[in-house]
Amino acid sequence: MNSKCLFFKTLQVFVVIGLVSLFYGCTSETNTNIGEDDKQLTNKIREDSLRVHQIFIALPSPIETAMMLKRAGAQYNEEFLNKLENVNKYSTSKQMALNLGVYSADLSYASLFDQNQTSIKYMAASKKLADKLGILSAIDQSIINRLENNVNNRDSIMQVISETFMNSNSYLKDNQRTQMAAMILAGGWIEGLYLSGQLVKTTKDNKDLITRIIDQKLSLKTLLDLLESENKVQNEDLSTILKDLNEIKIIFDQIKISSGDIEPVTDKKTNVTKLNVKTEVLFKKEDIDKLIAKVDVFRGNIIK
Amino acid sequence: MKKYFQFLLILSALSVIPFWGNAQCKNFAKKAKIDLLPFIHDGIYNATVLSEGETAELYKTFYSGQQYRIAVVAEETMPKVEFKVMDSKRKVLYSNKEKGFAKTWDFTLESSQQLIIAIQVQTVETLIDEIAKGCVTVLVGFMNEEDKIQK
Repeated sequence: MNSKCLFFKTLQVFVVIGLVSLFYGCTSETNTNIGEDDKQLTNKIREDSLRVHQIFIALPSPIETAMMLKRAGAQYNEEFLNKLENVNKYSTSKQMALNLGVYSADLSYASLFDQNQTSIKYMAASKKLADKLGILSAIDQSIINRLENNVNNRDSIMQVISETFMNSNSYLKDNQRTQMAAMILAGGWIEGLYLSGQLVKTTKDNKDLITRIIDQKLSLKTLLDLLESENKVQNEDLSTILKDLNEIKIIFDQIKISSGDIEPVTDKKTNVTKLNVKTEVLFKKEDIDKLIAKVDVFRGNIIK
Repeated sequence: MKKYFQFLLILSALSVIPFWGNAQCKNFAKKAKIDLLPFIHDGIYNATVLSEGETAELYKTFYSGQQYRIAVVAEETMPKVEFKVMDSKRKVLYSNKEKGFAKTWDFTLESSQQLIIAIQVQTVETLIDEIAKGCVTVLVGFMNEEDKIQK
């Protein structure tokens, strides 16, 4: 009885503190019905707000990566995808998040090559992982139905896939699960690089595909910035991913990219601006081979 | 006992208030995707609540050979939003202020580059009691060139 009383007394204190802090939290955001003195305060807030910055770090989405690969002359090879039956092996948050990224990249690759039945199966695997991670309503049955109903319309399929990415990363951001969102993006990025590597190995005329791999040096910097910003509150999972990615960075650092000034030129007829810039890239074939081998091992550890 | 549960219920209901803004932004960003058409949205969610005068920046690598559209969309009640696209040395490549605060910009690149999209909500010139505040979203889309050629 005494412990029950103590519990309710403690609860009461927390409730009062909670309500008071919520009251202050809300009033600091509300500026209605203010008097002359408060107008000065409003101006001060207005001045302060001029200094407020919010930073977004955006990685290439799996659809964007898949589209670049296709344009670079890639062919479809189902052997490269993470096996569907692997989905049941993933039990930790890290495994599930990274492999949700992996399956998302595979789904994008398959859909861009009109592999509709495979796309539906990979969407179902992604749904399974998203459900397990508690990403509510990111992929519901209606999404699968929409995919099935649009099998002959690639643009619609890509719009549906893009919508599921937005649903999951907005859900995670809105629920302050940004570390999880970063891990999913990291999984997708690694799978994109893995697919590029496999395609380089199996494509004869692979110059453009190699260019796409080299381009990922820029994205890796973005990915590391994102993961490091998320790892300010140290997270063991993120720390191990960062360690692996830094090993990939060491190889990328051997590739030298230098760009001149960018000159924008707008086509008056189409209203599309072209950003003209001369870029010099210095690399050795061994660097690309080393990179592909390293990514192969990293990805192998993710999907096992 | 019942009172405590009522208290807890009220507390839980109040605790979600700070997240309303974000959830509203998600729905707003979904609707704003219309400004990207016929480009395909990359699926990355970049939206936040900003007040007049506030700024935000987005860092992203854009790839050669791809045609992109950037759309910066704010809620209707908000003042105009300026967006600038800069290179990594912060040289301004485009400003929508010179284009009547256009919401979108289409571009291609000769070689892949990391660009910065800087947005700033303009301040209202006349002094009013309330600071304008609302959702602003930065959307990136790319053209499915293959389909464009087929069409």
